[in-house]
Amino acid sequence: MYPNEVELQWSILIVLYPFITGLVAGAFILASLERVFRVEAVKPTYRLALLTALAFLLVAPLPLQLHLGHPERSFEMYLTPHRSSAMAMFGFVYLWYLMGVLLLEIWLDYRRDIVVLSQTERGWKRLVYRVLTLGSRNVSERSLGIDERLGYFITLVGIPSAFLLHGYVGFIFGSIKANPWWSSPLMPIVFVFSAMVSGISAVMLLYMLSTRLREKEIDMRCLDKIAQYLLYTFVIDFSLEMLDLLQRIYEADESFRSLDFMVHTRLWTSQVIVQILLGTVTPIGLLGLTQILRLSDIARKRIYGLAGCLTMIGIFAMRWNVVIGGQLFSKSFLGYTTYKMAFATREGLLTAIALMILPFIILWILVKLLPPWYESDSSPGSGSAPAHGTS
Amino acid sequence: MLGIKEHCAILGADVTGRYGAGNANLFKDIEHLIRLVAVIAIALVAFVILRAAVVPHSFGQYGHYRGAAIGEIASRPVAFAGHDTCEACHTDVVDQKKLGKHVVIACEACHGALAKHVDDPGSVQPKKLDTAIVCARCHEANSAKPKNFPQVATADHSGGIACDTCHQPHRPKIETAKTETEGKK
Repeated sequence: MYPNEVELQWSILIVLYPFITGLVAGAFILASLERVFRVEAVKPTYRLALLTALAFLLVAPLPLQLHLGHPERSFEMYLTPHRSSAMAMFGFVYLWYLMGVLLLEIWLDYRRDIVVLSQTERGWKRLVYRVLTLGSRNVSERSLGIDERLGYFITLVGIPSAFLLHGYVGFIFGSIKANPWWSSPLMPIVFVFSAMVSGISAVMLLYMLSTRLREKEIDMRCLDKIAQYLLYTFVIDFSLEMLDLLQRIYEADESFRSLDFMVHTRLWTSQVIVQILLGTVTPIGLLGLTQILRLSDIARKRIYGLAGCLTMIGIFAMRWNVVIGGQLFSKSFLGYTTYKMAFATREGLLTAIALMILPFIILWILVKLLPPWYESDSSPGSGSAPAHGTS
Repeated sequence: MLGIKEHCAILGADVTGRYGAGNANLFKDIEHLIRLVAVIAIALVAFVILRAAVVPHSFGQYGHYRGAAIGEIASRPVAFAGHDTCEACHTDVVDQKKLGKHVVIACEACHGALAKHVDDPGSVQPKKLDTAIVCARCHEANSAKPKNFPQVATADHSGGIACDTCHQPHRPKIETAKTETEGKK
């Protein structure tokens, strides 16, 4: 080992960074299915997917800022942009996606609800909604039609933007030519597809959970469709990862023996057992079963729930294996190190857990402020959700 | 799902009256977008003003850094005297160092920056070093270090006792051991 390789510089927080960003891109792409590709079946999750993307996007830069230790300096990349720094340019990709796509699309989609709520709510909430209306209470048919057309255009621009957002995260790793574990032109593509898998899975689980908490009936047509898309995306993602593996095995360059040894020893549990067997092959098999067999609604719900959880574990393991795995071997290909995760430190496990809980708290606040439920998905006898509007 | 009419009903007669479907005024119908563009424009102008206020004027003069920083750094007082200056007075130490491997180590690498001592040797005296700490900086055992580099696990090797109890820091190899080894040969 070289002296600067013994201790890992990129901790669990850097594992969270691609994991959270992936959830954002995946959730947005699921939302765009309804908007652009007119997949009506997934409509009940459209707004939930947008809010999920926003909640996770707001947290996405925090792991990086905590890792750097000087969060206030991150603003400097906007003041004095450095065009040759891949990481600095991510700041602009992030800003574009947040301000130019996601916030705009949510605002346009919710505008009618915001105007209604600014009239019906009281107290501080009324003030918040009034600010969000920007002083315009116009919800005429033509103005909403203009919003709809503009929203469609933003979603259209948003799809390549979502691909760019997470593809860029893959590019940051894939472009590090000094590290053979990362350096691969397939990395951005694998990252995009794994992002779609994790995002679709997260929204599916959130939809199931939120519907249960609201004591409503799950729209099985919607759930089946999401699970179907999850399966298709997962198969493509897995095929790409296997192609990458095949390429590495056949090419067998000077790093191969070292990396192969690492996969068979230090990464055996996290990569082979957790990522591939438990987090990829098992959910693909489970989701495949629901396509082949005629199963009851209850059985399908349980299978989707289990497959969704395993998918999230698998994708997290994939991020772990990329980030941590890429630092466990020496550039001399002659030595290996270990990652000792701290607990209650700035980059420890406790911080990572807090960062993973934070998006759910933000999502809860967003859902309270901007209810994503549609009136059509409410069951008789309940009416707590202030459902308004369509997209 | 609620339709536009239901929504207008929620909003009340005032709103429907002002912005009903029959209103053909395009400006009214894109008013919210004009306001949005205005908010974005205000944010951009605020950003440009903020940038002009906080980015130093000399930024980018030579490269992606503050040009004036070069002059500021150059004007700082010199902290290191350099080993040639030390050796001009401490010839006894130079003789000791020549006999050991530490001959290649500059004096101030261990003793710290001592330009002030050179300026006024009488009143500015370097602090006595705690060798238990200073030596360990280089010689604490670490798997990342080359195997032929002298290194010890200080907890086992000395148990916290100062290294200069046994070693002479300027010529650290213990002479008696050397003599015995040579004698056996």
